[in-house]
Amino acid sequence: MPTPITNSPTRYGWVAILLHWLIGIIFIGQFGLGFIMVRIESQRTAFELIQLHKSFGFLLLGLIILRIAWRLGNTAPALPASVGSLERRTAPLAHLALYAFQLALPLSGWALVSVSMLEIPTMPFNLFVMPNLPLGLSDAAEGFWAAAHWYLAYAGAALVALHALAALRHHFWLRDSVLTRMITPSSARDME
Amino acid sequence: MYARIFGLAAVAACLAMPVSAAVDLGGAAGSYTVNPASSSIRFSIGKVGGGGLDGAFGRFKGSIRIDNSDVGRSQVNFTIYPDSVGTGQGRIDAFLRSDAVFDVANSPEIQFRSTSVTRTSDTTALISGRLTARGKTFAEKFTAELGGLKGGTIKFHVTGKVLRSRYGMDVGTPIYSNIVDFDMTLTGKRG
Repeated sequence: MPTPITNSPTRYGWVAILLHWLIGIIFIGQFGLGFIMVRIESQRTAFELIQLHKSFGFLLLGLIILRIAWRLGNTAPALPASVGSLERRTAPLAHLALYAFQLALPLSGWALVSVSMLEIPTMPFNLFVMPNLPLGLSDAAEGFWAAAHWYLAYAGAALVALHALAALRHHFWLRDSVLTRMITPSSARDME
Repeated sequence: MYARIFGLAAVAACLAMPVSAAVDLGGAAGSYTVNPASSSIRFSIGKVGGGGLDGAFGRFKGSIRIDNSDVGRSQVNFTIYPDSVGTGQGRIDAFLRSDAVFDVANSPEIQFRSTSVTRTSDTTALISGRLTARGKTFAEKFTAELGGLKGGTIKFHVTGKVLRSRYGMDVGTPIYSNIVDFDMTLTGKRG
């Protein structure tokens, strides 16, 4: 049997699984980095951490665009039979919200660096110059996008926490395959 | 007859004299105190994608002594107070004053002491010296061009490039260039 790259009606393929975990891990790292970089005392370290945060933000944006394209071009596996009707209706909404946040968060960060009066260029991982979004520079716009980025980050983190708790509930309480099928591309791992 | 030849020679000598030689370094010999009110020390650091960070120091003091017999024995001393840095953006100024760049709390002065002055033309000289910032000292070179001397006030245009990484100020490279371009207009009063 070939290595399952793409999704099937019963399981996720490796691409969807890798993108899911990669984005998840980078998102959690970005949240922690963002939290620390604005509180650290050393201005030098703060500057460097902010540049790193920008670099990972653009990496995330690229991965998320890839992930959305992959999701749209692939079948999504059906939920296991054990999933109740309420969850069957709300889970797609939660996932849609997660995708919306994944896109909105890096875009709001890009807008923030684009409108900042500090005009610090963005050079992801010191590899190339990322152009700014065509938005007007002002302190007011910077304040707006900084607040937007902050609220989106906390709301997104809350959503991610809910998502993780739901996955743990499926694994430990409902004992179905919802979590395990996002770990390896298997439809035979149903623990029921 | 002799008077006529002498007269022609004098006219010829005047014609041959370049305009810039009206004020040359030799003729400007003397000691000068830099007047900060009519002087400026501007700097520029290029950044990726074009443009740069421009700023100036508001407070500094200096003295210039041009040796009357040998320009090469002239002396230039300078002190810049980096807490007077200004870029037009308060947050950038605070960043420059912090331990990320100038660390003004621990290093309130940047000093330059010339070690040699080499005359490169009637009105220009290469000034070599030792620049001390944040406790580190390196040899640096600046080009000075005499702009004018009027009523005991001398004017110089000084330019030079300094690598900031040497002084522990490499934060932001390579987004911001390691090269700091200095452009100074210095006026000094004799005596």
